[in-house]
Amino acid sequence: MSVNVMIVGVGGQGTLLASRVLGNAVLKKGFDVKVSEVHGMSQRGGSVVTYVRFGDRVYSPIIGKGEADYIISFELLEAARYVSFLKPGGQIIVNSQRIDPMPVITGAAEYPEGIVEKLKESGAQVDELDALSLARDAGSQKAVNIVLMGRFSRYLPDIAKDEWIRAVEECVPEKFRELNLKAFEAGFAS
Amino acid sequence: MKELMLGNKAVARGLYEAGVCVASSYPGTPSTETTEEAAKYPEIYCEWAPNEKVALETAYGACLAGRRSYCAMKHVGLNVAADPLYTISYTGVNAGLVIAVADDPGMHSSQNEQDSRHHAIASKLPMVEPADSEEAYSYVKKAYELSEEYDTPVLLRLCTRIAHCQSSVETGEREEIPPRPYVKDAGKYVMVPANARKRHPFVEERTKKLIGYAENCEFNRVEKGKGNIGVITSGTCYQYVKEVFGDDVSVLKLGLVNPLPVKLIRDFAGSVEKVFVIEELDPVIENHVRALGIEVTGKDLFPLVDEFSQTLVAEKMGCEATPSCKAIEGLPGRPPALCPGCPHRGLFYTLSKNKLRVLGDIGCYTLSSAPPLSAMDTTECMGASVSSIHGFNKATDNESSHDTVAVIGDSTFMHSGMTGLANIAYNRSNSTVIILDNSITGMTGHQQNPTTGFNLRGEPAGKIDLEALCRAMGINRVRVVDPYDLTATENAVLEELKADEPSVIISRRPCVLLKQVKHLPPVSIDPEKCRGCRSCMRIGCPAISFRDGKASIDSTLCVGCGVCTQLCRFDAFSVPEGGRG
Repeated sequence: MSVNVMIVGVGGQGTLLASRVLGNAVLKKGFDVKVSEVHGMSQRGGSVVTYVRFGDRVYSPIIGKGEADYIISFELLEAARYVSFLKPGGQIIVNSQRIDPMPVITGAAEYPEGIVEKLKESGAQVDELDALSLARDAGSQKAVNIVLMGRFSRYLPDIAKDEWIRAVEECVPEKFRELNLKAFEAGFAS
Repeated sequence: MKELMLGNKAVARGLYEAGVCVASSYPGTPSTETTEEAAKYPEIYCEWAPNEKVALETAYGACLAGRRSYCAMKHVGLNVAADPLYTISYTGVNAGLVIAVADDPGMHSSQNEQDSRHHAIASKLPMVEPADSEEAYSYVKKAYELSEEYDTPVLLRLCTRIAHCQSSVETGEREEIPPRPYVKDAGKYVMVPANARKRHPFVEERTKKLIGYAENCEFNRVEKGKGNIGVITSGTCYQYVKEVFGDDVSVLKLGLVNPLPVKLIRDFAGSVEKVFVIEELDPVIENHVRALGIEVTGKDLFPLVDEFSQTLVAEKMGCEATPSCKAIEGLPGRPPALCPGCPHRGLFYTLSKNKLRVLGDIGCYTLSSAPPLSAMDTTECMGASVSSIHGFNKATDNESSHDTVAVIGDSTFMHSGMTGLANIAYNRSNSTVIILDNSITGMTGHQQNPTTGFNLRGEPAGKIDLEALCRAMGINRVRVVDPYDLTATENAVLEELKADEPSVIISRRPCVLLKQVKHLPPVSIDPEKCRGCRSCMRIGCPAISFRDGKASIDSTLCVGCGVCTQLCRFDAFSVPEGGRG
């Protein structure tokens, strides 16, 4: 058995760093871990997804439809896009931020309304938070990723808070350490 | 110590421990980080070469000089390096030489989905394919032993889900390998026909020996399972098979994917009732198994296109579908786009506005092919824009030269655009070539190149002067514009299109994601003044959206480049102090 976490968002929002923090935190617990990322073209404002899987033995680096226990979404529309990867009754942690994709900007499509309700109708447990505001309050809107990891950490009681903090410290550059620890705390306490 | 490592970082660790001294590569997703991570070890000299052919020849030279060497590229890069590849197969090596080639099934960041195993077969070189980071690390070390023992370069095949997946690696220590003396040996290294004729039988003999090696080597293994089904597989597909079936099927996992074993496969097939071959892209293993007269299910069941997953393997093998949350239909897509503040935007807006024919190339700027800019007619491979515009203009007797441009990035120009420009200068077409000089190799994640003045480690290096280079090649009309200045950009483009001789426009401004590029305060739109005409939205900036009949700026995305402000006829933009507009 493995725990399957998808981290989804918009290229540039810092999903890679979030997946590395999670990967490091669970590796320290002695789990087998795989973290799958996509670099290159899809980082330029496109829809991005990283997969984090951990357990006694993890084979596939990716997560299939219906296999995710958790989806951490950095943006509303992206949560909707990937919800079918979630197990029935699985948990979505979603940042309430809205970022218009190019088809919406050009007027070719509308940004869907009522996404949180739609997520619930599709069978997901939804935990919505304004991670952008929390990140700003912590000192930088770029820390949305760590705020969300702070919130998500509450769903994995096996990993103690100080173990999370150690993983954050190891994954971020020294000069941003204080900011990110503040962001983690903000997400954790929210 | 166990460490979570990207597959590419694990490759670099393997290089370090194998005592590699020289690495020369050209960046290409998903291979790039192998060389970047290797550069973190001071023991390994690492560089970005101008293209893959140069990189491979450099690494080859280093191996001749007696040092273990390395070269990396993406799958299409191996086409560029194919020329030396096929002949160094004949010469063999002195010290070990490993060439990494990263395939991209699913085309996450590529223009085609070619299967590099065909190059291994055609060039008659051994190829190993790891299935996770631990194997990426250990295979590299073994590959150097194989290279030296069998006097052959060894190909290391990676793919996106190995290169860009992190899993744990147990690392060791570096082995210092003394340099092998270089000995002049024309029969081995001078591939004139008389010598090459003698080397070709050596290559065929080597392949025979390697097949023998493949029968019983550490790269290949049988995992006996419970049922009567046997699956032959390699790389990521192995992981998908294990994910779905665990120990319920027997698996022949091939780590040496060229040459393939014979007896091992026959024995495995004989031990089960039904044989499946599960491999991404082309039926390479399958064709080999069929040629042995073994009945097998492969591409009659599995697709030739796209990357696989456990979901696909389960579905094709007749397993029950996994229940899931219901999909939400009708969502707008989110294709990648030029970044807010991207210097390419102003140039492509100009090309789009003037409805020009644009022959494109490989780089971030390919993103301008999407609406609303829709400013690209073609994209094939590195350098093709510059060569193709010459052919296009020749075919129309230069009539098309007044509404056609070629666009190419600085790094791509150095890679293989220069030779196309030489053809324009030499065989004279009135072509207009625009070099998009953003002072970096952007798409692959900011690698230095010969025009940036810095080397892979970020130290000052030789710097090629693009203007002087183009002039020296015989182009008289060479000019530089700032693509943030829409008027100047448009004037330059229209003037050069009119000229009855070749011209080069260098559209110069550093990539907005570079650390040294200072972002200016975001601009804003006064909703009272905005008439909702959407003029500012024609540039396709992700920071501008349309809400309640008015344009608005997302201040979290805007970097204050000021391109949009030049399009407003109603003076609706306000530019903060210190901003640009």
